[in-house]
Amino acid sequence: MKKLLSGNEAIARGAYEAGVVVATGYPGTPSTEILENISHYKDQIYCEWSPNEKVAFEVAVGACLTGARCVVTMKHVGLNVAADPLMTLSYIGVEGGFIACVADDPGMHSSQNEQDTRHFARFAKIPVFEPADSQEAKDFIQLAIDISEKYRTPVILRTTTRVSHSRSSVVEGERQESPRAIGFEKNPSRHVPIPVWGRKMRVEVEERLALLAQEACQSSANRIEWKDRSLGIIAAGVAYQYVREAFPDASVLKLGWAYPFPDQLLQEFADGVDSLLVVEELENFLEEHIKAMGIACDGKNVVPTIGELSTERLLEVKARLNGEQITSLAAEAQVDISDLPMRPPVLCSGCPHRGVFYGLTKFDVVVTGDIGCYSLGVFPPLNRTDVILCMGGGISMAHGIERAGEPRKVVGIVGDSTFFHSGVTGLLDIVYNRGASTIIVVDNQAVFKQALESDEPWLIISEGPCVLKERALQGPRLQVDAEKCIQCGKCLKLGCPAIEGLEATPHVDFYQCTGCRLCAQVCPVDAFVAAEESDHGK
Amino acid sequence: MENDEITSVVLVGVGGQGILLASEVMATAAALAGFEVKTNEVHGMAQRGGSVIAQIRYGQQVFSPLVAEGTARVIGALEQVEGLRYHPYLAEGGFAVVSQQAIVPVSVSAGQSKYPQDLQPRLGEVYPRLAWVDVQQAAEDIGNPKVANMVVLGAMSTELDLPSAVWEQAISQCVKPEFLDSNLMAFVIGRSLV
Repeated sequence: MKKLLSGNEAIARGAYEAGVVVATGYPGTPSTEILENISHYKDQIYCEWSPNEKVAFEVAVGACLTGARCVVTMKHVGLNVAADPLMTLSYIGVEGGFIACVADDPGMHSSQNEQDTRHFARFAKIPVFEPADSQEAKDFIQLAIDISEKYRTPVILRTTTRVSHSRSSVVEGERQESPRAIGFEKNPSRHVPIPVWGRKMRVEVEERLALLAQEACQSSANRIEWKDRSLGIIAAGVAYQYVREAFPDASVLKLGWAYPFPDQLLQEFADGVDSLLVVEELENFLEEHIKAMGIACDGKNVVPTIGELSTERLLEVKARLNGEQITSLAAEAQVDISDLPMRPPVLCSGCPHRGVFYGLTKFDVVVTGDIGCYSLGVFPPLNRTDVILCMGGGISMAHGIERAGEPRKVVGIVGDSTFFHSGVTGLLDIVYNRGASTIIVVDNQAVFKQALESDEPWLIISEGPCVLKERALQGPRLQVDAEKCIQCGKCLKLGCPAIEGLEATPHVDFYQCTGCRLCAQVCPVDAFVAAEESDHGK
Repeated sequence: MENDEITSVVLVGVGGQGILLASEVMATAAALAGFEVKTNEVHGMAQRGGSVIAQIRYGQQVFSPLVAEGTARVIGALEQVEGLRYHPYLAEGGFAVVSQQAIVPVSVSAGQSKYPQDLQPRLGEVYPRLAWVDVQQAAEDIGNPKVANMVVLGAMSTELDLPSAVWEQAISQCVKPEFLDSNLMAFVIGRSLV
């Protein structure tokens, strides 16, 4: 039966149908919904959020060594954290099928960088599959499990934001269990990469790579669509969809399995067309190899490296190739909208992190932030995060800034999940090396002051529910008593989306207010009073 | 580029206004009508009050899930400023439904920018075919302020060639049973507003 599924939902369905029995991961946009949806199959699949990607990866490796089919999910930067087990799993090899589902984020919609996971596949010398829509996302899971078990190799399934978060129709199938019984078989020369055995594994990795390249040439994941042969285009992933719209007449080599590079297929296609264009999102991964084969082609000389591709951007590529003027499809008579207020995402109304950032505005300190929605504390009016690097990095950087001799106090802010992910090791370092940074999640200025005037390391834990998870009101909703309000604007410094400062007297949006009372705490004249239901008409 | 047989639609607003549900209903309706459908949505930060766009394309064969600027047949906006911000998406001759609701961004409250007071005439200028609808009032008349998305969707549906039966079926499939009646009512009211 046909269903409209997002790419991530389709991967989850694929895992179910392919007989996966263990699924692990660490959340991160755009990958999160894969594991969330796999958890719906809890009778067939053991599923867990692990504290970080490395742990998730290793749990899945352990499971796969018993013969269990496994997937581990993460976003692109998560694979950096799991790189250590990835690189050596390539040597050890797998027993049950093993897929790392890694979601890249071209355009950096929800990410701190734009790294291209295909490089990791080449780095680890393992296959990478790149679906172009939800049906392929589901089908490639089965294909990847088959290849993984046939060649005993881990496999990466790489999606991008537009594959993970686009819906398209998917034909569902039945679940196929693995024929292999679960059970770990002792075989040290295969499972222990001490040098004497590791060197043999090293040779096998190269032999496996050559066999995989041959298989990729025959794979149903790769196909040639012969049309007009004056221009041939090689494309992978969602870029294929844009190519089909911008170049409807061109011949296309669509790669769903681009690494190990299917050289014979690349050569066959190049020989069949007059000129060749490589269209890939992010890096010149394919183009570099094709040029190294001695094949002339256009690529990043006309296709952007930075940001996402789209049909529009490829129409510009087409114009550039043909030496034509680039024209926009958008209506010509556009009005100036440069005055429109920006609307970046903000901390939710009622978010317990708001008090922390507001409190920090009262102190001249350096604030190292971390990865999570609390990175939104960087925006005005809170404006209270000075640097962000990576998961857990806020804590370790705080220590480094302090040890370098920074004259001001240093404060590291970390969320609970990030703390357990990799923040805790930074905290161990501060304590072990007798640092003096303050690591916090706090909403109480009194505690704050004591910590920031101390010479010792402080860990402050402020407990408060995430308002996205606990949708209940925290107290009665508030409104502004216009007679009491002195229009000092202090409540507007909180950056709460429920408080609208359009007129001189601020207005509280009834439906957005969660009753957290932070505004009532900062108001000097007690102008915030319980809202009346009948007054919310505005 | 734009294949005549492909219908592109965009829904815009502020994270938390129910854009994803409206997009899901529209995609489901188009699929029920027998079209190939592709959508694209913003996740993650969308829940945190930012500017949000969802895109839906349907037809006999659809490749890209993204709507190119200047190709949307209908644009639906759940908020005034967002209605103007995304106007380049609308195709010439296209139809716009803009809610009169104003959600003041934190950047305005913090005094860094101003919320324009002349949005209605400016929207009228960029959208020759504009439905400027009091969605909030309609939603509150129904007694459920969260169905503003269905009111806008109802108004947008008048411009799309999908039978009304598939809209009802799509809403039934996508909305929780306890909210079904108010969502269906909102959709019908939305249809009557244009």
